[in-house]
Amino acid sequence: MSKLSFLPAHVLSEKVRKGELSFSDITTEVIAQLEAKDKSINAYISRRLEAALEEAKSLDESLAKGEDLPSLAGIPLAVKDNICTRGFLTTCASKILYNFVPPYNATVVEKIKKEKMIIIGKTNMDEFAMGSSTENSYFGTTHNPWDYQRVPGGSSGGSTAAVAAGEAIMALGSDTGGSIRQPASFCSVTGLKPTYGRVSRYGLVAFASSLDQIGPIARDVQDAYLLLKIIGGYDPCDSTSLPLPLPEEQLTGKVKGKILGLPKEYLSEGIDPKVKEIVEKAIKVWEEMGCVIKEITLPHTKYSVATYYIVAPCEASSNLARYDGVQYGFRNPEYTITGQNPVIDMMEETRDQGFGSEVKRRIMLGTFTLSHGYFEAYYLKAQKVRTLIKEDFEKAFQSCDFIVTPVSPTPPFKIGEKVSDPLKMYLSDIFTIPVNLAGLPAISIPGGFTEQNLPVGVQIIGKPLDEYGILNLGFAFQEATDFHKRTPHGN
Amino acid sequence: MEIEPVIGLEIHTELSTQSKMFCSCSTRFGSSPNTQVCPVCLGLPGVLPVVNEEAVRIGIKTCLALNCKINKYTRFDRKNYYYPDLPKNYQISQQYIPIGVDGWVEFEVGEEVKRVRIHNIHLEEDAGKNVHEEGKNFSLVDLNRAGIPLLEIVTYPDMHSMEEVNSFMNELRNILIYIGASNCKMEEGHLRFEANVSVRRKGDEELGPKVEMKNLNSFRSVLQALEYEIERQGARLRRGEPIYQETRLWNEEKGESFTMRFKEEAQDYRYFPEPDIPPLEIGKTWIEEIKATLPELPLKKKKRFIEEYGLSKKEAGILVEEKEISCFFEEVVKICPQPRLVVNWIMGPLMRELNERGLTIGESKLTATKLARLLEMVKENLITQTNAKYCLHEIFDSGEEPERIVEKRGWKQVTDVEEIEKMVREAIQKNPRAVEDINKGKKTAFGFLIGQVMKLSQGKANPGKVREILERELGKC
Amino acid sequence: MKSNILSEKDIEKVGKLSRLKLTPEEKELYLKQLSSILEFMEQLKELNTEEVLPTFYPLDLKSVWRKDCVTSSLSQEEALDNAPAKERGYFKVPRIIE
Repeated sequence: MSKLSFLPAHVLSEKVRKGELSFSDITTEVIAQLEAKDKSINAYISRRLEAALEEAKSLDESLAKGEDLPSLAGIPLAVKDNICTRGFLTTCASKILYNFVPPYNATVVEKIKKEKMIIIGKTNMDEFAMGSSTENSYFGTTHNPWDYQRVPGGSSGGSTAAVAAGEAIMALGSDTGGSIRQPASFCSVTGLKPTYGRVSRYGLVAFASSLDQIGPIARDVQDAYLLLKIIGGYDPCDSTSLPLPLPEEQLTGKVKGKILGLPKEYLSEGIDPKVKEIVEKAIKVWEEMGCVIKEITLPHTKYSVATYYIVAPCEASSNLARYDGVQYGFRNPEYTITGQNPVIDMMEETRDQGFGSEVKRRIMLGTFTLSHGYFEAYYLKAQKVRTLIKEDFEKAFQSCDFIVTPVSPTPPFKIGEKVSDPLKMYLSDIFTIPVNLAGLPAISIPGGFTEQNLPVGVQIIGKPLDEYGILNLGFAFQEATDFHKRTPHGN
Repeated sequence: MEIEPVIGLEIHTELSTQSKMFCSCSTRFGSSPNTQVCPVCLGLPGVLPVVNEEAVRIGIKTCLALNCKINKYTRFDRKNYYYPDLPKNYQISQQYIPIGVDGWVEFEVGEEVKRVRIHNIHLEEDAGKNVHEEGKNFSLVDLNRAGIPLLEIVTYPDMHSMEEVNSFMNELRNILIYIGASNCKMEEGHLRFEANVSVRRKGDEELGPKVEMKNLNSFRSVLQALEYEIERQGARLRRGEPIYQETRLWNEEKGESFTMRFKEEAQDYRYFPEPDIPPLEIGKTWIEEIKATLPELPLKKKKRFIEEYGLSKKEAGILVEEKEISCFFEEVVKICPQPRLVVNWIMGPLMRELNERGLTIGESKLTATKLARLLEMVKENLITQTNAKYCLHEIFDSGEEPERIVEKRGWKQVTDVEEIEKMVREAIQKNPRAVEDINKGKKTAFGFLIGQVMKLSQGKANPGKVREILERELGKC
Repeated sequence: MKSNILSEKDIEKVGKLSRLKLTPEEKELYLKQLSSILEFMEQLKELNTEEVLPTFYPLDLKSVWRKDCVTSSLSQEEALDNAPAKERGYFKVPRIIE
């Protein structure tokens, strides 16, 4: 039997209700795993292990008294470190926020607390969620639990690695251009990026406001669904959150007759043959269940990277302007006075030293493309192309129910392999980025492994608000395979 | 060479909402530093703005009052610049599709009615305050003001003299108060200005290089700064020296302006649509609803007061200057339909009482009904003018009913002829010298006798009646 | 090869606008990297977007607002808790020259 910390939450909850386990058992096991593994993996930036155990014990007492507890009560959860937790360090993996303790909770954290889930700690990430490898962290790189030489993906690499390594049962991530799905693929966990507006962004430290979305990271589709239902829903603190109810239907795995669109642009050149093979095999699985496979076209796909890397840095350059050493976070105490304005000297040196190079690159890129005389050529142009990309999907969804694609063109790559060439790194986001530009829901589910036992995920993209649909299609696949149950060797 | 200045204004007005533009912190003035702040207006990582509906409503109302076209689809944009009092280092404002465009304000300059066109009106959030102490190597930041809703009103450069600027500012301030958009308390910074000014030879069509003037926090500083600037530019023009397009900062204490930056160093605000706030759709019904709440505006009211109540231009002007006073006037006249009497009392004794007490009518114990009833007594000769003034004073003190005060003080005027006759005879009897003097033609003695009668009546006798009866009685002698 | 999308002067200006005090090495690196990224962006010019409306907002939401109600603020202590420097209830910063 698997260790407790590798079981999904819905199984653990059931066992606790049956009296086979206590909440303390689960948390104790997760903490043990964390202490054994995290020196090598570095999934967490900060931990609250004692407090977590206290909470678990108190929940055991409540249960013993016959109190009614919410369904995910007592489940150890990891929270990405760009989601604000009141009274608890929230750094965005940046030096500039190395000591920031928010005086408020993100809406999703409030919801998690109401559900009585147990926060184990805050997870590592690419600084301000900018990156695809979790190498851009002030607190060091996170290592892929499947192969320590390799990246876990990013930017939510700490969250996916924590779940994959049994250092948490579930996790929260955020996805701006693939930051939940790509690391989920690299770590062989399930990661859902909900429809833009499904989950409140209040308390999520903004990277690119029109693209950011918080989502669940879990062992399987059922858990992802459970967590979505807890964190999602309308929030008056987020004017862009949707005033619509969340899906409630049960996962059935009945997918017969569903039409799966395969965009021809996605399985063309530039993709690792093994990744291609795994996606094609997955499609076979669904075909055997009675799904109809159809080739579709998303003709503007190739423009999505350029579009994204204009829109996201523009918004980021503005969102990150507030880190200036005035109110909170890092302030360079030894700024040189150049003679102009001491406060400006302080701000400039604080920012130059407080941000890592990828963040600075994107701030500069966004600042340049928004600056006088360039707005129309870059920002406005990109937002127009974004319309074309969105329309591609709208047209495609007229003739299919879901779109199935790879998550990343490659399996997890080696640490250091791409850091020196930002453009190359950006190009690896090609399959995840269009989804954010269009605001659609998409999921990455474990799809298989390479000969080197490296995980490869499969992406299902749904129509707006059809989280249920993509989860159910994933569920069907999961019922026919066991990739989601595999754990990294040595565990 | 005659110089003509060309002047435009940008007016920032703090709106009279309870809460801030994008969060629920109070807008109250004068609290301890950083006590009216929350994660949103502090711009902490992760927060999001939520629009205050009331601020939008006031924005629309102002647009309507200033004859602007209202954009049915409007949105917010980010204006990016770094300043320690701007917590996010961007200001949420409206650059591309402001709430209102193409309006105008009419106002009187002497006998003329002038019109200044409004370029646009847009909503934005205020910044905090920086405090600099003399001789210190640091500055302090208070963010209580950060996020208070502002409406920026941008005019065309349609003004050409100080009188015009002054009258325009007064009219605009009045309108904003009339419609309840802003309390316009200058001392609390509710109105702040930026001016742009250029000069040209009178008669020239072409505009000179435009100089922007910042940091004008009162009517006085606007006028002083403009005067200074027109003088400066005029002198350069006369000497044939170039005038540079630049932004200048007004220094109130020194009474001078200084170059802040030249055109080449112009700020690059990198405006783009605020992604955290969905666009606003301003429906026709809403606009109509708001239109229905618009009060009569000052200039129109002034005209009506002249026509309807036969007031002079000056009187009407003074009444209309403050909305509260003008409304009070009409309420009093409704009960006591003697507009001339009422206006005299308002402009005289009433305003004196208010000034001495430093109160507004609303804050005082005087009501329209009380004043109307007091003036009714004056009209009916039931009380002397002098006693009526004492009575008004007492109403201000105690808020008591005028009839009760008159009763209590025994100020009820004696108009009974027999009673007055009795007193007149007594006065004549007691003052034979005066009677003699009158017969000798000494007019002052007549006044003396009237005074004696009044004294006997303890000031309550109707002076007209006394005079009439005294004349009659003396004639008998 | 066209590498005149971005000049050293541009990098200088962008650094100032971004409030980043860049070292000479950083300036050189960013000039190279941003130039190649911007060159890559040139591909968008292939598309005719004259008739296309921009997607500034991914959702079709309109007129989202709240009532004008006051709720409690943070305490001064909470507000200043994260401040690198504070004094008498204020955030303290190096002298601002207006």
